[in-house]
Amino acid sequence: MKLNEKEVEILEILQKDARFEAADIAKMIGLSETEVADTIRRLEEEKVIVHYATLVDWAKMDNYTGVTAMIDVKVTPKRGVGFDEVAERIYRFKEVSSVYLMSGVYDLSVTVEGKSMNEIARFVSEKLSTLDSVVSTTTHFQLKKYKHDGMIYTAKREDNRIVVSP
Amino acid sequence: MTITKSYVAKSVEQMRPSGIRKFFDLAATMDGVVSLGVGEPDFVTSWSVREAAINSLERGFTSYTANAGLIELRQEIARYMSDRFHVHYSPKEEIIVTVGASQALDIAIRAITDPGDEIIVVEPCFVSYAPLVELAGGRAVTIGTTGDTGFKLQPEQLEAAITDKTKAILLCYPNNPTGTQLDRDDLEAIAEMVKKYDLLVIADEIYAELAYDQAHTSIASLEGMRGRTILINGFSKGFAMTGWRLGFTCAPEEISSAMLKIHQYAMMCASTPAQYAALEALQHGMGDVESMKKDYRQRRNYMVQSFKEIGLDCHLPGGAFYVFPSIQSTGLTSEQFAEKLLLEEKVAVVPGSVFGAGGEGYIRCSYASSMSQLQEAVKRISRFIENNTK
Ligand SMILES: Cc1ncc(COP(=O)(O)O)c(C=O)c1O
Repeated sequence: MKLNEKEVEILEILQKDARFEAADIAKMIGLSETEVADTIRRLEEEKVIVHYATLVDWAKMDNYTGVTAMIDVKVTPKRGVGFDEVAERIYRFKEVSSVYLMSGVYDLSVTVEGKSMNEIARFVSEKLSTLDSVVSTTTHFQLKKYKHDGMIYTAKREDNRIVVSP
Repeated sequence: MTITKSYVAKSVEQMRPSGIRKFFDLAATMDGVVSLGVGEPDFVTSWSVREAAINSLERGFTSYTANAGLIELRQEIARYMSDRFHVHYSPKEEIIVTVGASQALDIAIRAITDPGDEIIVVEPCFVSYAPLVELAGGRAVTIGTTGDTGFKLQPEQLEAAITDKTKAILLCYPNNPTGTQLDRDDLEAIAEMVKKYDLLVIADEIYAELAYDQAHTSIASLEGMRGRTILINGFSKGFAMTGWRLGFTCAPEEISSAMLKIHQYAMMCASTPAQYAALEALQHGMGDVESMKKDYRQRRNYMVQSFKEIGLDCHLPGGAFYVFPSIQSTGLTSEQFAEKLLLEEKVAVVPGSVFGAGGEGYIRCSYASSMSQLQEAVKRISRFIENNTK
């Protein structure tokens, strides 16, 4: 699908902050509000814009126990369908938040979110390793999130500039 | 014995204090001010550049550099100027690394000014030009550009200001405070006049990286102009490095050696860590410049469009990070407008009048602020205009 310059610009703006309104985006890139709204609707329909979500720092919540693990998975690809079939078997689990096919020493990088380490351990041993094509798994638990999708969790935006300058 | 006289030099006593100071003093005492008064980027210098300076300190590079600056940096500047603006200067003889464009302006003006020489200053402009000319013993002859030409200097205006004492003309495009950019044809017309009267140009191109609609044309790149141009540029704006205090001059050898004489006595050399940072910025920082420029461009469009909707006339500025809307429809002077806006809505802008002839009736609004700050400022200004329209 060929995207024009304005469409790319709209996507870049929304990717930085999905809450920009069509009216403001319109002013920023020199289109009318309707043109921007129509373009966004079309990009949503085409699934170029997949979803809008909020980046939450759950660690801020008292007694939050959730854990995230990143699992390196080696698999044997199947004739005809390659890695896609096993990837699909994995991403259908609701615990799985991302699945990437990787170059390098393992094949799939799987992110799993759970309420506790036990829960994830159970998922890996009972659901993931038992899949036919899975050869091995290596599980890494995340200890702390510093930066995600370009956002630094603890960043304070301080403006130290003097208020009026030449 | 008691002190019975002032020791301050007459020439300094007579200097006008900058009109910006007053607004700074007022705004600085207030809480919750949204400032469109800031003449520097809101971006922090990119990490790779900061890291390069830290690294230079860790390695103990803390001594003076050559007067004209690190030769590696001058070589990078030469390459950069030639890649970006098609002007070619010898790193050894024709480039001087300075303490900001500010000091570059100072040595440029002092190197060419004899007592009584006239330097033409095109206003509205950056506040330091005329004072620097006068400190150098010259006379600043001002020309006011106007809103109806989008604040572009007209060749006839220039011709009318030229006398047999005229030595040089000081140009700044993209311009602070108007954001006006000159295209090639505009520059050609001015260059013709400069050649006809055998003048020199001091071209403050500090905003050259921030040209939004077409690539910046340097006046030094025009036919026959290299020999009669002192280019001023630096890292403050495009590279978001104001606090590092680093700029440079590019000029033919004779003028460069004259400037270097002043520079070596008055400054010795620019700060060494800053020079290492600038080296990194030129070698690996252009991607960051591009991405900041993209943001500025969107903000510029947003501001111009918003002022139009509010009902304030505003030309589309081709560069820098300022919009310069007219506030004449309010019946207020630009100073009254700025003061009232600050008191009633806590938005700081700079009255156009502080930038000299042609600036009255306009306000300078910097869009070197996050979009959310700009949105808030627009909301407040819009309310202010509603409340103040009879
Ligand atoms: C037109 C112009 N020239 C020169 C300067 C000074 O820049 P520097 O920080 O490099 O001294 C500024 C800064 O505001 C400016 O706007």
